[in-house]
Amino acid sequence: MSEYNVLIVEDSPTMRQLIAFALKRIRGVRIVEANDGVDGLKKLSSERFDLILTDINMPIMDGLKLVSLVRNDANYRSIPIVVITTEGAQEDRERALALGANDYITKPIQPTKILDVARKLLRIV
Amino acid sequence: MVDKKTKTGVRMQKDDERLVHNRGEEFLQVFKKGAEFTQDLLRENERLRFRVLDLEKSQMGGGETAPAVEVKKLTERIADLEQEKQEILDRIKQVEEENQDFAARYLEIEDENNNLANLYIASYQLHSTLDFKEVLQIITEIIINLIGAEEFAIMLLDEKSHELQAVTTEGVELSEVPTVRLGKGVIGEVASSGESHFAADFDSYERDFGAPMVCIPLKIKDHVIGVLAIYKLLMQKKEFAPVDYELFTLLAGHAATAIFSSRLYSDSERKLSTIQGFIGLLTK
Repeated sequence: MSEYNVLIVEDSPTMRQLIAFALKRIRGVRIVEANDGVDGLKKLSSERFDLILTDINMPIMDGLKLVSLVRNDANYRSIPIVVITTEGAQEDRERALALGANDYITKPIQPTKILDVARKLLRIV
Repeated sequence: MVDKKTKTGVRMQKDDERLVHNRGEEFLQVFKKGAEFTQDLLRENERLRFRVLDLEKSQMGGGETAPAVEVKKLTERIADLEQEKQEILDRIKQVEEENQDFAARYLEIEDENNNLANLYIASYQLHSTLDFKEVLQIITEIIINLIGAEEFAIMLLDEKSHELQAVTTEGVELSEVPTVRLGKGVIGEVASSGESHFAADFDSYERDFGAPMVCIPLKIKDHVIGVLAIYKLLMQKKEFAPVDYELFTLLAGHAATAIFSSRLYSDSERKLSTIQGFIGLLTK
């Protein structure tokens, strides 16, 4: 049985694979992937998650909406959320943090940065 | 009567004399024994005094040698321990240095691992589809997310007109990117020579559609099918890392193959549906 369940919400398969590849270095991690915010919510309702990583710009439902919905739902409120943004999109990042995201990662993605943030939020020493 | 008395008196006198004599003898014997005992005591005393002197002498002499030997032994032991300590300290220092080397090596391997992961993912994604639009989308994602470019164009070579035309762009409008003739300008030269171009100074570079910051030929072996022209990097991307050049090399080969395959596949699909349409008409 896995120790940590992580949900990656990202429309780009390349990015999903890149994030998953980095996170797999955490022992006992299990990764579930979702294509967009709606898919993410669907996956969220099916099992317990310890961490959510979400892109902001996605079709159907973007990352900001997802952060807002998760933070307003008593069942998921305590799950840490990391948003993935581009360096220039400071407004999006600030909005995400104001909505309740715990941290952010900027593109281009650095696997070590993903690992650091994930370990911090999963409280892995 | 008198004689009897006299005889008795003489006999008594003789007895007395004998008693005195005996007593004297006894006393003499006792005295002699006392004298012998005294002499024995004196001899014993003298012997003991010599013994005491000997002991004192030996103690004094021994008291000086025993600690000296002990001190010598202890000094040697201390020297041994000091040497041992120094050896341990040297070993600790050596291990610390090795640890630092290992830590540095670990970071290098970690970086290398990340780079390989990036290259693997880029390669895997590039060949994950035969849909031309999807291939272009994947190349775009790789350039944004792995290389960190903000403004760029993918231009393909028209074999008939010998012109390079943008098929997808990011950060700039497709219509903004001019068509380039093979061999003309920086882009045309990259396409004809198959050699990558990097601007001399990224900091002072200003967008020029004729002379991009970076121009990478997309080629299958020596055959160039197009170019990737980068005009601007993401804000946090100040320079290219070694892995970026690896990615460029990978893009030059794998992206070209993926584009070529997907176009070929799209063309064959189109032709197939056309042929099937004809067959359908003929067999009706």
